[in-house]
Amino acid sequence: MNDFIAARSQMALSLGFHIIFSCIGMVMPFFMAVAHYYYLKTSQTVYKNVTKAWSKGVAIFFATGAVSGTVLSFELGLLWPEFMKHAGPIFGMPFSLEGTAFFIEAIALGFFLYGWDRFNPWFHWFTGVVVGVSGLASGILVVAANAWMNSPAGFEYINGQYLNIDPIAAMFNEAWFSQALHMTIAAFAATGFAVAGVHALMILRGSNVLFHTKSFTIAAAFGCVAALVQPLSGDISAKDVAIRQPAKLAAMEAHFHTEKSAALIVGGIPNEAEKKVDFAIKLPGFLSFLAHGDFKSEVTGLDRIPEENHPPVSITHYAFQIMVGMGMAMMLVSVLYFAALWKKRSWLQAPWLLKIFALATPLGFIAVEAGWTVTEVGRQPWIIYGIMRTADAVTPMPGIAYSFYLFTAIYVSLAAFVVFMLYRQIKMVGALYDNSDHGTLTADHRPPTADRPLD
Amino acid sequence: MLYIVITYLWASILLYLLLGGADFGAGIIELFTSQKNKQVTRKTLYSAIGPIWEANHMWLIIAIVILFVGFPVIYSTMSVNLHIPLTVMLIGIIARGTAFTFRHYDAVVDDMQHLYNTIFAISSFTTPLFLGIIAGSAVSGHIDPQAATFVDAYIFSWLHWFSVTVGLFTVSICGFLASVYLIGETTVEHERLRFAHKAQFFNIAAVICGALVFAAAWYEHIPLFDWVFGNWVGRIAILSATLSLVWMWALLYQGKIGLLRPLAGFQVTMILLTTTFKHFPNIVILKDGGYLSLTQHAGQEKTIEALGWALLLGSILILPALFYLIYSFQKKPVGYGGEAH
Repeated sequence: MNDFIAARSQMALSLGFHIIFSCIGMVMPFFMAVAHYYYLKTSQTVYKNVTKAWSKGVAIFFATGAVSGTVLSFELGLLWPEFMKHAGPIFGMPFSLEGTAFFIEAIALGFFLYGWDRFNPWFHWFTGVVVGVSGLASGILVVAANAWMNSPAGFEYINGQYLNIDPIAAMFNEAWFSQALHMTIAAFAATGFAVAGVHALMILRGSNVLFHTKSFTIAAAFGCVAALVQPLSGDISAKDVAIRQPAKLAAMEAHFHTEKSAALIVGGIPNEAEKKVDFAIKLPGFLSFLAHGDFKSEVTGLDRIPEENHPPVSITHYAFQIMVGMGMAMMLVSVLYFAALWKKRSWLQAPWLLKIFALATPLGFIAVEAGWTVTEVGRQPWIIYGIMRTADAVTPMPGIAYSFYLFTAIYVSLAAFVVFMLYRQIKMVGALYDNSDHGTLTADHRPPTADRPLD
Repeated sequence: MLYIVITYLWASILLYLLLGGADFGAGIIELFTSQKNKQVTRKTLYSAIGPIWEANHMWLIIAIVILFVGFPVIYSTMSVNLHIPLTVMLIGIIARGTAFTFRHYDAVVDDMQHLYNTIFAISSFTTPLFLGIIAGSAVSGHIDPQAATFVDAYIFSWLHWFSVTVGLFTVSICGFLASVYLIGETTVEHERLRFAHKAQFFNIAAVICGALVFAAAWYEHIPLFDWVFGNWVGRIAILSATLSLVWMWALLYQGKIGLLRPLAGFQVTMILLTTTFKHFPNIVILKDGGYLSLTQHAGQEKTIEALGWALLLGSILILPALFYLIYSFQKKPVGYGGEAH
């Protein structure tokens, strides 16, 4: 493995790992706040138990997300020093603001986790909301920094010099809004489906049914609304990419030849040598519509882009197909869920619906990973689109492959630890958070001892 | 505005040393505590740092962001030549942060706790060791961007006596800070005494390591003596730190603990001041005698301007909340296994 590939793999691994934790860390606090709100309004202990159980999840994910984020802020320099030397002062603005948002999140989390029975209940609730809002803000800011790499702005590039830097203009680059919107909704959809799926599985197992039903309802509501809205933001993103990064769109669609009334390619195996896609379903005119809102318009293909500036077509295409496929599947589940909610209430407790949700647990996160693969691989060979090549940014230090192996081992074991930790949290729900409920749905009238779960 | 940004950089390094350092120190104390006392130490430690645990480590992120936004050349040079110690430090940060969280939030208490504790204690030692090594290397004059061989460029840039002794000195400072902080966290007399003994132990360790740093500097022709004692600021800082140390021990023997923490914090502040004052604004000293300077290698004016405003705005939002957090939990510490568990 050469150093350049190793550096890219290590970065991809670190980001791929961090994304999962940061998504959950920024979305779960909202679920927690809703459950907490119900507890304060209705005084039903089950909501307090749900809030507490979720807050443990948030704490685990926040801590893991914080350390993996710290690692990334160093890795930017460790792996891409030439990039950071020039880009740091230009796209640093969102990072400096993100520092503040993240700090506030950490402080608010301290208040929330340790503040039970210590502050005014509504102040305590509010600190939980602050965790969510500041987490969301830091997510948006980091995505804005990434958007700058896709859509460089806020400087003039003259004779290899980066002049007249304007950090504010860099932050509000053309891609920031569409990327931040798409990512934020994705985080809600992915986390909502993942959390709902786990609780659905637990309901199917028949333990602590009331606890898991309440949890499921909150998480599913967030996830399903997000999954239904996501295609709209996807459309905004596609139109934006078509204008700014035609090479990326062409790679996403494996669109080799510039043409009018371009067909949307679904699935298939890109044949880069013969510049065609085998075994694909083609929907005539739909790519033109997707890219420019007009079935007849021309869509730039890879043939208009110099060979040395082509992104890897197959990876980008497959990743895009996976993302859209997962998104569609989640959308269908959401339609089903809302249909049940409005017309067929009896479905809500039907095992088949819960089984579908349980199966859908990982879909959102697969889509998130695939989506980031499209964004990052689709930008190649550039690290700053059109300005600096990724290969020119890599560290001169040899032996990065060993660093990659080391970090792979660390991340794999860390992931295993977190899964193990969550497994034990879920296994202990009965003992820690909900010691009165063992399968009945009528547990609202419980002895007062239930107000003090074993904590 | 540049000086505001530099002040923030210095202040976040100081706060990371004082707060994050005490956090590391708490783990180091665990490493140096006998098996039978470990559980009590952990309990005190947890009630002291639990609520502000996450916040303590944000200072490092603030410092690194200031460095890469405002002083990109310094950041990228250090990233290249100190790649290996930075990586080791990062692994320490990952191991420590996750082990601390896991041991508290693991729903089942079993033998896994032993693993978390071991990882936590060991990484609490290695992380500040390598932080110290990185800081020592920056000013040691061993960083050579023109180095021809791998070992010269990437190994001997940080592996030499001066850096290693600075690393050990940092570890002992962290242990010292934590033990002094912890004296005030417990009301049990013999526990207090135990932390006082720990403070004494790390105080002596810091003096020995400090002497070793000077010896290593002399051996490697680093003008440390001149940096520290060659100017009035350094002399006054060292003198006042020494006097405050004497005062601190006198108070401790009288059983007065109110001023211990500010005094320990003051001493560490003075140490950071003397070691950074003389070669300011140069924070990296290269092998060929060149410097990377905070004033000459700063980013363009608009960048510094924006960064400065972001920091000022951030502090308006962060500081009151942070003080309220610390204040709230000072009043009534968290019981171990209490509400938060």
